[in-house]
Amino acid sequence: MNLLKGPSARAAAGFAGSAVVLFALAPLVLSDFRLGLLAKYLCIAMVAVGVCLAWGRGGLLTLGQGVFFGLGGYAMAMHLKIADAGPGNLPDFMQLYGTATELPWWWQPFANPLFALAATVLLPMAVAAVLGSFIFRRRVKGAYFAILSQALAAAFAIWLIGQQATTGGTNGLTDIQGFFGYALDDPVNQRMVYFVIAAALLLLIALARQLIHSRYGELLVAVRDSEERVRFLGYDPANVKLVAYVVAAGMAGLAGALFVPAVGIISPALIGIVPSIEFVIGAAVGGRASLVGAVLGAVAVAWAKTALSEEFPAAWTYFQGLLFIVALAFLPGGLASLAGIVRRRRATAEEKKAAVIPVGEAA
Amino acid sequence: MSSLPHIHRRRFLAGTAALAAVVALSACGAKTDAAGSSDKAAKIDVSGDTVKVGLLNSLSGTMAISEVTVRNSLTLAIDEINASGGVLGKKIKPISEDGASDWPTFAEKAQKLIKEDQVAATFGCWTSASRKAVKPVFEKNKSLLFYPVQYEGLEQSPYIFYTGATTNQQIVPALDYLKSQGLKKLYLVGSDYVFPRTANKEIRAYAKANGMTILGEDYAPLGSTEFSTIANKVKSSKADAVFNTLNGDSNVAFFKEYKSAGLTAKSMPVVSVSIAEEEVKSIGTQYLDGQLTAWNYYQTTQGAANEKFVKAYKAKYGQDKPTSDPMEAAYVSVYLWKAMVEKAKSFDPEKVKAASDGITFDAPEGKVTIDGASQHIYKTARIGKVGSDGLIEQVWDSGKPIKPDPYLKGYSWASGLS
Repeated sequence: MNLLKGPSARAAAGFAGSAVVLFALAPLVLSDFRLGLLAKYLCIAMVAVGVCLAWGRGGLLTLGQGVFFGLGGYAMAMHLKIADAGPGNLPDFMQLYGTATELPWWWQPFANPLFALAATVLLPMAVAAVLGSFIFRRRVKGAYFAILSQALAAAFAIWLIGQQATTGGTNGLTDIQGFFGYALDDPVNQRMVYFVIAAALLLLIALARQLIHSRYGELLVAVRDSEERVRFLGYDPANVKLVAYVVAAGMAGLAGALFVPAVGIISPALIGIVPSIEFVIGAAVGGRASLVGAVLGAVAVAWAKTALSEEFPAAWTYFQGLLFIVALAFLPGGLASLAGIVRRRRATAEEKKAAVIPVGEAA
Repeated sequence: MSSLPHIHRRRFLAGTAALAAVVALSACGAKTDAAGSSDKAAKIDVSGDTVKVGLLNSLSGTMAISEVTVRNSLTLAIDEINASGGVLGKKIKPISEDGASDWPTFAEKAQKLIKEDQVAATFGCWTSASRKAVKPVFEKNKSLLFYPVQYEGLEQSPYIFYTGATTNQQIVPALDYLKSQGLKKLYLVGSDYVFPRTANKEIRAYAKANGMTILGEDYAPLGSTEFSTIANKVKSSKADAVFNTLNGDSNVAFFKEYKSAGLTAKSMPVVSVSIAEEEVKSIGTQYLDGQLTAWNYYQTTQGAANEKFVKAYKAKYGQDKPTSDPMEAAYVSVYLWKAMVEKAKSFDPEKVKAASDGITFDAPEGKVTIDGASQHIYKTARIGKVGSDGLIEQVWDSGKPIKPDPYLKGYSWASGLS
């Protein structure tokens, strides 16, 4: 009985449950197409894990996660495009729109699979580290930080669109055929990609959980709630925030990288202001401070988008908007706060009972 | 109590990893270099007395204003065909999906139409970016897409039929027209995406070979409404004419600034390739009066087929609703598909493709013919002038339908383009 109590045991049970659902149940009951969609949702959930850490725990409203998602996605897609083209050939879109006869210098390292794989995570983290150290040292906070992230996302998308000859412009990088030698149009390989994504998501959740429950995690919450006090205690809040920001960026980068084989496209449409907001909305609806809430929220919002738009192709945006308003107006802490509310109600009820009984006994 | 769960978790994590490894090992599919790995034609649901087709248009987002009109005219064609008995004895059942002006969504919805709904063909897409996003989906599943909008050429997917104009049926004739009018110094203005950038590359190549000069080339982000700088640059360039490849709402802002910079259709005409009757209405006739457009069809195009089309469209969607080139191309695409299916006596995409060459249809724009080799259609080019009533009057046409040449192989000046 004791085994089932305590946060660690509950987490282990949760993990076991989600692993069974992701690895056994979902592939059994879902068609190839729906499983592919689930893979896409899980990628968005991976971004949400980072958002939970940076925003939910660290109070950093990261409205520019599209940038890191895009860096990871483009790093992966660039390698896959080079691999598809074969040695000595240019990717198809460069032949169409470009003037160069050989790969631009900044494409060349991505021909190496190991470099590309490492870059999907390390590149976003490096960018976040440089940016973050500037931003946090200068004590940019709150709305200013959010606006800055947004501006960054917009700027990156505009830059990508302008470089049609080397980035594919608005089209992005499309028509990706293979994934490290495996043909992506084979349903068996698509399933493999799904498993990789599901495993990566569980891994990221475990990592984030460790961080949240560590001393660092407590420090992060302390910085969120009262930065000045933490500073007076002798810690540097800038460093504390930087770690959360960089880790969240790395997670978004990995998500972007795995999104590419799952969906087969990366484009500025996934990077700009709107998608960056969408990455945060899922976490907000589900509950940004709770890992489970953020992940389930991200999946639920993405799923609702598909389901509503299939059911009501002309009016789904209104339903989606309504859903956000209702969720955030009545549950500002997200769906995860429902559990907390229920638990508190039960606790107060028990307290009352506990308080009543002795009185009864006394009487 | 605290140590036990830890052991549990570790054991459990190891179990998960092992499970994942087993699953991954058992799940190795075809390699990229394996021949025949892509022999997975999509199923088509022809059970029952209906056949499903997909309508894939943006019903929300920035492109909705244009793409909804295409969806409407596709629906009109389907209703007409169903009223006259359907295709191969089956009624057409349209399944509408929203591309949401977002390219990855287009890819997702295309997949849904093919795999879940098992449609016989899909009609739609507007922007080149959305077409590029769905192209691999249709190719991998060997399913057909009918694309109804003029585009930048340099593409020939075996699973796409292009019923809008390619470059040599719209942009090249427009340049020929400008040249014949003695307008040889051009300024290029466009939205920042694939179509304008590629079109302008082609225009530069044409200009170089034909003694025309390009005085400037400017791009505005899609949806941008800030044009005072560009309008002033255009004015001070003293160009003979402006070649405009702006898309959507940007045109409203551009033409307002153009007018307030003191430029008129007389002093410096603008040729637009993305402004049709629907857009004229939203930009405002006073800003466009006398400006030029290049298309293959106008609401005013002569002929009984067009009278019937315009009348049917207005009866269904309202008397104030204009018809435009992409709408007409979409309407035509459904009829062409029907003719191909009937010739092939099958809904199977491979057989439909094989039957495509030489299929003709008396379209509102005049007789169109499918060129089986390129899967584009022969179309008549038309230059029009916006009238004060908001309609576009034809001032020039190519006389006969032009053979589609998506890679501009028949033009020596274009040899360096692809």
